[in-house]
Amino acid sequence: MGKIQLITKGFVKENPTFSLLLGMCPTLATTTSAINGMSMGLATVFVLVLSNMAISATAPYIPDKVRIPAYIVIIAAFVTILQLVMQAFTPDIYETLGLFIPLIVVNCIVLGRAEAFANKNSVVDSACDGIGIGIGFTFALTLLGLVREILGSGSAFGYKFITGDGILVFVLAPGAFMALAYLIVLFKKVTAKKGE
Amino acid sequence: MEYILIIISAIFVNNILLSQFMGICPFLGVSNKLSTAVGMSGAVCFVITLATLVTYLFQYYVLVPLHIEFMQTIAFILIIAALVQMVEIVLKKVSPALYQALGIFLPLITTNCAVLGVALMVVTNEFSYGGEPHMLNLAESIVFAFATSLGFGLAMILFAGLREQIALNKVPKPFQGIPIALVTASILAMAFMGFSGLV
Amino acid sequence: MTMAVQSSFKNMTLCLFAVCIVSSALLAAVYAVTKEPIEAANHAKTINAIAQVVPEFEGDPALSTIEVGGKEYSYYTVSKAGEPVGYAITSSATGYGGAVTLMVGITSDRVIYNTTVLSQAETPGLGAKCTEPEFADQFKGFNPARKKLSVKKDGGDIDAITASTITSRAYAKAVETAVTVFDSITAANTADVDAASGATSECGGQEAENQETK
Repeated sequence: MGKIQLITKGFVKENPTFSLLLGMCPTLATTTSAINGMSMGLATVFVLVLSNMAISATAPYIPDKVRIPAYIVIIAAFVTILQLVMQAFTPDIYETLGLFIPLIVVNCIVLGRAEAFANKNSVVDSACDGIGIGIGFTFALTLLGLVREILGSGSAFGYKFITGDGILVFVLAPGAFMALAYLIVLFKKVTAKKGE
Repeated sequence: MEYILIIISAIFVNNILLSQFMGICPFLGVSNKLSTAVGMSGAVCFVITLATLVTYLFQYYVLVPLHIEFMQTIAFILIIAALVQMVEIVLKKVSPALYQALGIFLPLITTNCAVLGVALMVVTNEFSYGGEPHMLNLAESIVFAFATSLGFGLAMILFAGLREQIALNKVPKPFQGIPIALVTASILAMAFMGFSGLV
Repeated sequence: MTMAVQSSFKNMTLCLFAVCIVSSALLAAVYAVTKEPIEAANHAKTINAIAQVVPEFEGDPALSTIEVGGKEYSYYTVSKAGEPVGYAITSSATGYGGAVTLMVGITSDRVIYNTTVLSQAETPGLGAKCTEPEFADQFKGFNPARKKLSVKKDGGDIDAITASTITSRAYAKAVETAVTVFDSITAANTADVDAASGATSECGGQEAENQETK
């Protein structure tokens, strides 16, 4: 697989949210607006790319039986670095995303890529894979955030285009489940047509 | 009185699955059958309470005195992973019957974000139950963790029951599987919204 | 690339140990580098909140604490030309989704200058509107001696947010608490007016940074 393909596959074919259904917790919790969804996605990209690279570089030296705990420590280290950097330079976003930044540690996408890709491939390929999957995740979160923001608060990326309120339920918990359900259905429809 | 408020709030008002969105992976993954949902809830209940106890003590007797609070995430996830392993080994030896019921769910729990989420919540967030907002003490943390896991179980079991019924119905093709489950979860979340403002 | 290493007890322990040591060292380094920016960011946030709620002031606001009714409240004294012009008081009350924490600025003449929300977890689109000027601006220049600090439903002078009476009540309650704290501060100040003339102002700013690091 070429490098370009590694990066683009995350958008549709192996989209972590819409087709693999991984990392659902941050997907539902942080997409109250497009900006929040995008910030969460980019935070995940940071961890995913760095941990993929580090795991790919160290995998040959890690005994098979302790590989999972070792990967978890490596991922947790990068997550903490992200926490510290965000607290220092983007404190507002850090506060909005709250607990879901440290919870990147247990995002199945990150550990999943380490197991399925990074420990068998070169550092450069793993970095590309991280970028690809990460961008796919960011894309999905931004889209879901945008849909919820438009319906729920009548604005897009913070720009309000109606006066008054939107359909509030879309900002709240039930709207998250509902919007995601319909996006997955749409995604299935679109990809099924392409496949034919 | 405060304990009652903590329990009601954690089970109904701030339900970990339906309003906090933690632990969604097992919520969608192992809720096909009622029996597996019950097993998973039992295992989660056990691990969340135990993990919160250990991480709480670790936070206030190791991390804070040494001024290395920034090691929190890495330490907590290691504690949880080790704890899950230990529970598995002990359970195998002590109660093979219980191990049979919960055993297969244990490895999945390390990456269940509800466990790490609750452990982090009790040491970083202030809670307010009617009175002034404050950090939870040890006893309150344990009650909070246990009640949260009961909330997890409640939502999980309700959801599995609903899904078993839905499986018998005709669902439009694109909605089959996860999408219809999400729609169900949405309606369940709406029902739980009725509890908000209770505490 | 393949898994070349066979698992033995020795290399498993060594490997995990090495991974932990390297990760911890890396974290310690990043922590050392980001420590100051994090403190600066927290400090800037506090100063910003204070600047919003009190009139123009000079120098660093001085942090102090006072006990009112068995609970400790922290407040910042701001001064201009050596004279205290007002206090920024942190207070909170329970709303719909948890605590609503405010910074309330009260000038020396016991009039509320402005308020700002430090943290809240109210329902988006309903209670969360308490951060918007339409609601919050009612408290600008509010004189608790002339008007009553509670929502109209309870016989006061505050227009509640539509469908969010609980949040509005919590907001008014927090402001009222701040006024009580203000009264205690001024009472304490007149009691020992000679002793406490500006003695705490220098180290106060330093403390403020540490206090706000959470």
